[in-house]
Amino acid sequence: MLDYGPDAILMAGLDGANWRLADYEKRGGYEALRKLLADQVPPERVIAEVKKSALRGRGGAGFPTGLKWSFMPRQFPGAKYMVCNSDEGEPGTCKDRDLLRYNPHSVIEGMIIAGYATGSTAGYNYIHGEIWALYEQFEEAIEEARRAGYLGRDILGSAFSFEVYAHPGFGAYICGEETGLLESIEGKKGQPRFKPPFPASFGLYGKPTTVNNTETFAAVPWIMRHGGDAFLNLGRPNNGGTKLFSVTGHVARPGNYEVRLGTPFARLLEMAGGTRAGKRLKAVIPGGSSMPVLPADVMLATDMDYDSIAKAGSMLGSGAVIVMDETTCMVRALERLSYFYFEESCGQCTPCREGTGWLYRVVHRIETGRGRAEDLALLDNVSDNIAGRTICALGDAAALPVKSFLKHFRHEFEHHIEHRSCLVSGPDSEPKWGRAGAHLPPAMARAA
Amino acid sequence: MLSPESLRRIDREIAKYPAEHKQSAVMAALIVAQDEKGWLATETMDFVAQYLGMAPVAVYEVASFYNMYNLEPAGQYKLTVCTCLPCGLQGSLDAADHLKARLGVDFGETTADGRFTLKEGECMGACAMAPVVLVNNKKMHDYMSNAKLDALLDELRKR
Repeated sequence: MLDYGPDAILMAGLDGANWRLADYEKRGGYEALRKLLADQVPPERVIAEVKKSALRGRGGAGFPTGLKWSFMPRQFPGAKYMVCNSDEGEPGTCKDRDLLRYNPHSVIEGMIIAGYATGSTAGYNYIHGEIWALYEQFEEAIEEARRAGYLGRDILGSAFSFEVYAHPGFGAYICGEETGLLESIEGKKGQPRFKPPFPASFGLYGKPTTVNNTETFAAVPWIMRHGGDAFLNLGRPNNGGTKLFSVTGHVARPGNYEVRLGTPFARLLEMAGGTRAGKRLKAVIPGGSSMPVLPADVMLATDMDYDSIAKAGSMLGSGAVIVMDETTCMVRALERLSYFYFEESCGQCTPCREGTGWLYRVVHRIETGRGRAEDLALLDNVSDNIAGRTICALGDAAALPVKSFLKHFRHEFEHHIEHRSCLVSGPDSEPKWGRAGAHLPPAMARAA
Repeated sequence: MLSPESLRRIDREIAKYPAEHKQSAVMAALIVAQDEKGWLATETMDFVAQYLGMAPVAVYEVASFYNMYNLEPAGQYKLTVCTCLPCGLQGSLDAADHLKARLGVDFGETTADGRFTLKEGECMGACAMAPVVLVNNKKMHDYMSNAKLDALLDELRKR
């Protein structure tokens, strides 16, 4: 049996091989859909139930799912789309991979129910290119569902018709942004669109569209079977249900753990085996690499839900918990994060395209002992001039780590600049990650 | 230009989208083309453009935007190692160093025998299972200790 922890509902009863339709039905799968269609439950009642559950978007923004669905126009002739965002590429996040691998039908059933609630005609699941085997497996699962009558025309003899298709990503972080993803499905560069109009009014092919994360869809069948109240009560007010957390970095057992929202961080850390033997916790990025880093003492006093983490000064984001112990050089850590955003900026907005490279080059020179006295002020200034000045949130995602690393670990950056050496480096430390100058593209190496 | 089998696969992708939006299949079509040819030469992309009724430049834009497309010939096996922060904290840089030493190449280089190209990757969404190595974009290998890396290289060499 796969063990996601005692609170698991989305990942309960999985053994690694029982992903097929028959196994899913044995676990009660597609019962919620059957009941909805048999009882002809009005779509508004489905949306009301999801609202009651306080399910919030599991991809990063944490937007209330029921509310998002209610933005879909009811009286709209023609196609409407329900899109699943499985383009999981936020550093630290690896939960959707497990969901698709071990429980793909929960995602399909969630998409069908969402399609029913919003009157959508078809769904696309955009699957991260790096997990090709799961793209093929998802297509198999779709085929199983179609053959059993859960997809296609007049599903289970009802008047509701809905299709689901898989669409492959192929290596672009920006497609995790919902409008970039829609552009990508349309066969273009995945460059985000201006909002408004929001996808609910102008989405895929210009039609009303809702984009939800894989885990969000996977929670929907459980909510419809057990009721919105039951889901809400697993978590906290405004933070319903359980959440999959990907715990990575310096822990004894990196992995995915499903816990009730509101679980203390210390408990989650314990589930992951704690920090590596004999090492003290130093810092944690609680919600994926785009979110602000927090020092150990703040994290240890925080609970894992959207509102608590926001109060502590960061965001729950995608639920990717990156753990760093005392051997971690924060300059090196930020250097690698900044490289990621530079590499993944789509190039559309000048502040992000130019600013992410600038941030990386400055952090890189500080890391390599060539920092200048004015560099920290420069990093602040460049970050401030990216954040809030771009079409999508990638700009903020590049700026937030810089601001937070400087806020909480400024002394390490100052030490690098003043002494041209690292405060934490020693025989015991992990100086390796980050990039050596030799790996820089030639243009970057000259610039840095 | 592409084999009947490849065209059959592309047709299957086209069928997923509304008839007037064949362009939606371009990403999948380029994946299929790359599987067959190993990389995307201009004439391959031109063929895909013609097949989908797109302007060639619109296909080049897509091929150059998504970083798993090979715009130049690569080794028989492209090995991509994720070195992002979470993977790096869990030893992926040691894994990368091991591969570099075993293959005698740096990131972005191909071995003299044309067998292996080594690439540095960004987040693959498998962070807790680091180190992660992707072979030819399609096959993910996780929890790659040095012993498992050696076994993988041996297996690929034998093929």
